[in-house]
Amino acid sequence: MSILIVIEESNGAVHRMSREAVVAGQALGRDFDLPVSAVLLGHDTSDLCQSLDSTQLHEILQADHPLLGSYSSDGFSRALAQVIESESPRYVIAGHTYMVRDFFPRVSAKLNIPFLADNIAYRVEGGALTLTKQILAAKLVADVAPAGDGPCIISFQSAAFQEEDVAEGSEATARQVSISLEDGSIRTTSEEPFQEAASAVDLSSAEVIVSVGRGIGKEENLPLAQELAAAMGAELAASRPVVDSGWLEGYHQIGSSGQTVAPKLYFALGISGAIQHVVGMKGSKNIVLINKDPDAPLFELADYGVVGDLLEIVPKLKKALQA
Amino acid sequence: MKIAVLVKQVPGGDSPLRISDDQLWVIEDNVNFITNESDAYAVEEALQLREKSGEGEVVAVSFGPERTQRTIREALSKGADRGIHIEDSYPYSSDPLKIATALSEALKEEQFDLILSGLQSDDYGFGQVGVLLGETLGMTTATLVMSTELSDGSLKVKRELESGWFQWVSLSLPASISIQSGINTPRYPSLKGIMGAKKKEIKSVAPDSATAAAQAISRVYIPQKTKKTEMIEGTADQQVKRLAEVLKKEIRVV
Ligand SMILES: Cc1cc2nc3c(=O)[nH]c(=O)nc-3n(C[C@H](O)[C@H](O)[C@H](O)COP(=O)(O)OP(=O)(O)OC[C@H]3O[C@@H](n4cnc5c(N)ncnc54)[C@H](O)[C@@H]3O)c2cc1C
Repeated sequence: MSILIVIEESNGAVHRMSREAVVAGQALGRDFDLPVSAVLLGHDTSDLCQSLDSTQLHEILQADHPLLGSYSSDGFSRALAQVIESESPRYVIAGHTYMVRDFFPRVSAKLNIPFLADNIAYRVEGGALTLTKQILAAKLVADVAPAGDGPCIISFQSAAFQEEDVAEGSEATARQVSISLEDGSIRTTSEEPFQEAASAVDLSSAEVIVSVGRGIGKEENLPLAQELAAAMGAELAASRPVVDSGWLEGYHQIGSSGQTVAPKLYFALGISGAIQHVVGMKGSKNIVLINKDPDAPLFELADYGVVGDLLEIVPKLKKALQA
Repeated sequence: MKIAVLVKQVPGGDSPLRISDDQLWVIEDNVNFITNESDAYAVEEALQLREKSGEGEVVAVSFGPERTQRTIREALSKGADRGIHIEDSYPYSSDPLKIATALSEALKEEQFDLILSGLQSDDYGFGQVGVLLGETLGMTTATLVMSTELSDGSLKVKRELESGWFQWVSLSLPASISIQSGINTPRYPSLKGIMGAKKKEIKSVAPDSATAAAQAISRVYIPQKTKKTEMIEGTADQQVKRLAEVLKKEIRVV
């Protein structure tokens, strides 16, 4: 039995959330006294394997196959299921990335084992593992546990673990694991990734950002935020629902599907603080939030908070700043 | 083209969330239940696919307690042809594998060409059921779908990747795809649609209760606050005064 960490590649390197998953896996390894190994799914993964050189790991398994050269849900789910069957790990660990969302549930269904997704922490009590995840838009949290003690798959949310906490060590042994994929087993074809129309504003270099959330209510209210931004010399950004509704262009979106920013001030108006938004702005030096709900999760991250109606406060604030 | 769309009923964002006595869910009395956000986009996409192809059927499918029928009815009032309700006596089933198994039992005879679902529910957010179901029924799958194109029995979808990237993927049918919010503009039901929906069929199916849960929620609680946030109190005018001072003198951005 072992802990097996699934490593994802991103721009030729180990994905940030995979590095965080390594930290989670190492911690679980200590708690359960189990060897911790990593698995790379792909084709010609020796460079990626090398980049894990100084990471304390028992083994690095290379599940290599020409049909895994580019990602497909069919290929990756079959390959990971085969690795789990041959290696029988106790826990399979990964970051809750978009790719993990895409193919891990299929592994769960293939092997009939639970996939405990998107956790923020774990604890061990009397040898039993309990995971914690945010529910109901992060307003509440829940403890979740696998039913049996068979193998289970676990993913962790971005920043649940800090990559700096990784245990370093001498070279792990690399080992090839054979994967069998017949021709025709991959029923999809993928084109090259692309970005939509280039961004008109590079929000990543902005000093001050006024960011609008669903709390703005309707498109007609948008000028309130635009005028405040103008009065402050700030760039305008938004959470996903504002972009989804077509009120602002996609390049204004902050978060896991949009831009990542770290301004001197991130001034959030009517944003609740979902993790997919938070990953894009948590590095901001100062965070100010206006929200009518005192329990909005983003208050937890804010340096200054105003509980109130932004439709009332924003115009008054604009006046006060111009005075 | 025979299309199923999976819909789930979840507490609306403005609902008061008081934890129930068994600490496993919330007290439902004052909860305003709505159709899960990404599922509403999935319903719209299903209707548009049917309209574009000029034929076919859209079936709204939901797993949940009695109240869930309202969510199915909403999809019917927007134009879905019929509904299937997989009854769950438990108001808070939290095991995606078990839900997907119940769905596959209920749907396998139907031989859908396409299953659409929202990418995750706003209550538990496991984000798995559409993919689990696709795998169980031997379908191709894709998630985070932001556009669909259907031609000559093959499906092409635009998938959202991280940090503003996208990718087109072609899938063979049958397929189960999960829809990301923002893919379209969901319609409102018309008055005629609402009247017509009353006559549409919702078939109720009892799930095979023999399946054991693979995972379960053991406790629900309020997250601990750790950060010291300066909460600016007072009337709106007092709040504005202090806020202006903070921006000018403390953060010094104006
Ligand atoms: C895979 C995936 C990727 C995603 N990517 C992103 C992403 O890149 N970026 C992103 O932002 N989201 C993303 N999301 C969506 C994310 O989960 C949230 O749904 C979204 O961030 C919520 O936006 P919001 O806070 O504006 O809206 P809500 O969560 O609806 O919050 C609105 C807030 O406004 C407050 N409010 C309402 N009226 C007023 C008023 N008059 N005055 C003051 N406050 C008011 C409410 O109290 C509430 O807190 C993604 C989700 C998934 C599953």
